[in-house]
Amino acid sequence: MITLENVKRRAEMDAKAHGYFLTPDPDFLQNLLEGLKENEERYGYPSCPCRLASGNFDWDRDIICPCDYRDPDVEEFGMCYCALYVRKDVAEGAKPIEPIPERRPQEKINRASGEVPEKKEAPDTKGAARDTNRKFFYCKVCGYVTFREEPPHVCPICRAKQEFFEEIVLDTKIKVR
Amino acid sequence: MDRITVEGTKKDHQVLLYALSTCGWCKMTKAFLKDKGIEYEYVDVDKLNNEDRDLVNKDIKKRGGRLAFPTVIVDEKILITGFKKDNISKALGI
Repeated sequence: MITLENVKRRAEMDAKAHGYFLTPDPDFLQNLLEGLKENEERYGYPSCPCRLASGNFDWDRDIICPCDYRDPDVEEFGMCYCALYVRKDVAEGAKPIEPIPERRPQEKINRASGEVPEKKEAPDTKGAARDTNRKFFYCKVCGYVTFREEPPHVCPICRAKQEFFEEIVLDTKIKVR
Repeated sequence: MDRITVEGTKKDHQVLLYALSTCGWCKMTKAFLKDKGIEYEYVDVDKLNNEDRDLVNKDIKKRGGRLAFPTVIVDEKILITGFKKDNISKALGI
């Protein structure tokens, strides 16, 4: 059984590992956690409480919390789309919690509404690299490698600060089959 | 598709809210309208079947919006995406 306590603990652990904080308003936090619990119960995975999920795992993959857009959103706006995860200064009240723009591509949003794309989609040969400016970074302290737009504020493995991350630049082209 | 009416003392505008039952921002919008005594109707889109979801999608797009929640539609013409308190207040004249 999925309990609210489990959902909360998971979010807290994830926030701690990545150097984020949970939204400071206790009522708002409670609402979001209940939403995540509800989604996990009905879909089998905790999709974002503030986005319409299709119920199809493959289509909803990018909005399973923590979503693919969390890191760049916290980086740019200080909070993720639903505002569950916030940056330290926001948690401390330096900036109000407010709605931020949606980063998720429109065609993915449309699928949740039952809209079927007109053209048959081209196979997704580049996988996660598509539509993003993500790069590889490694932690010079422990070797942890991550694929995102900016290096994390803190290494989730060894707690080293952002300054210890360096981009991995490959001088050969990766062949994609 | 059933709309749920939340009664209020202020009925000067027709207010329709497309929401998600799980969304924190949507809950805030509902609480805000209720606090202000605004009568409004809402639809929890996550509880609809695909056919009705498509109708909502088309309704929002027709008014120049996109499928995001909450979406507030005032008098069938002013569309506000997201819980933007100032914009909602302005549209309702409160």
